[in-house]
Amino acid sequence: MNANQQPLLKIDDLRKSFGQANILKGIDMAVNKGEAVAIIGPSGSGKTTLLRCVNFLETYEEGSIRIDGQEVGYRDGGNRQRRGETDLARMRAETGMVFQSFNLFPHLTAAENVMLGLTKVRRKPKQEAREIAEHWLKRVGLDHRIDNLPSELSGGQQQRVGIARAVAMEPKILLLDEITSALDPELVNEVLDVVRQLAEEGMTMLMVTHEIAFARDASHRIVFMDDGKVAAEGPPKELMAQAGSNQRLDAFLSRFRTSHLH
Amino acid sequence: MATILYALPFLLQGFLITLWVSALVVVFSLAGGLVLGVGLVYGPRTVQWLVRLFSDCIRGIPILVLIFVVYYGFPPLGIAINAFWAGVVALTLFKGAQVIEYVRGAISSIPKGQMEAGKAIGLTFVQRLRYVIFPQAVRRFLPPWINGVTDAVKGSALISLLGIVDLMQSINEVIGRTYEAMPLYLLGAFIYFAINYSLSLTSRFVERRYAYIRD
Repeated sequence: MNANQQPLLKIDDLRKSFGQANILKGIDMAVNKGEAVAIIGPSGSGKTTLLRCVNFLETYEEGSIRIDGQEVGYRDGGNRQRRGETDLARMRAETGMVFQSFNLFPHLTAAENVMLGLTKVRRKPKQEAREIAEHWLKRVGLDHRIDNLPSELSGGQQQRVGIARAVAMEPKILLLDEITSALDPELVNEVLDVVRQLAEEGMTMLMVTHEIAFARDASHRIVFMDDGKVAAEGPPKELMAQAGSNQRLDAFLSRFRTSHLH
Repeated sequence: MATILYALPFLLQGFLITLWVSALVVVFSLAGGLVLGVGLVYGPRTVQWLVRLFSDCIRGIPILVLIFVVYYGFPPLGIAINAFWAGVVALTLFKGAQVIEYVRGAISSIPKGQMEAGKAIGLTFVQRLRYVIFPQAVRRFLPPWINGVTDAVKGSALISLLGIVDLMQSINEVIGRTYEAMPLYLLGAFIYFAINYSLSLTSRFVERRYAYIRD
């Protein structure tokens, strides 16, 4: 990675509170193009809120989130004016998001789920959108499910459609929000394999995950969040090595050493 | 039988008026109720509050009172209105308030994640409504709404009290000439029933058609 290249995603002193509760207490983070970054941490540490701020599903009042130099939720210029609806939609199309609960459109087939953004946001002709949808659905291993409704698919298959829907838009960065948490254990790997492959191909990703082993294997860097702050970060091996000197990280990881890692 | 044959041409005219009034009420209340219903769910707090106030007030007033309020109340306010339009306006207000509630209920039944998924792929608010929310909400909206249309048809009989010669009033007029009340009221009841029963059948058909989404 070129050292003087500006990061694709740059988060500066991000703060967010729900009423009296401070969820994010000044987050600084940068993700370079082609980098896969995993966010881990105990529940309530603000991981998901942070991720949702990046495409403005949650508003943030203080601090800044920039993608390719453009502030996500607010117009450029000093007075911090919220972007209008069309402008915001345009910004959001630059990020792709995969949800914990899939959130597929139940009235549309797998192909139509992928095509909706392509035809209505990217304004591609139907035929071309269909080809792109088929391409991505094949890539996630769903050749035989292209014209099925979500209700006819397993959880793992639904989540793979969710991934196809997000990446087909060619987003600058892909946001993954605990995408395997709602899956039966035997369906987790088919989804993680797809993500691993995307990471290898250079898709820029920011993922919140509970799969520590996966974060260790598939990401370039892990960020450990605790109590609304970044408590530690580094390449997987370095971060794991820090556990000895960082009590909170050690406590968090030890839960997985005993139960999840085998 | 002779009475009924004598009555039919008169009733036909009334029948057409009833259908016309019902159609106007259904169309206007659908358009208005959709907009206000969306305002109730997604609007800023003041809009939500105003729509809620409107809907609660209207639904708390008997429809007959509403008809007289519009008919006698609008002219002093400087709004000229004849009996026909007074009836249409009053019934539209009443129906519209119901449509608002159907819309609210139907939209609220859609999981929050649907709106978020639409946002995430870059759809604008109007696109999210049109391609994501409405196609799913319509299944919950249609059955109560079509039942509500039968209410509009039945409720329209009340405008005969303003002297509009709808189906109800034309029955009354024929009875005034023939003094044969029972066969004519039965005939009228049958015509109203025939309209509404066909609507109910439509409602059931529609319900089956939109049964593709699992709960």
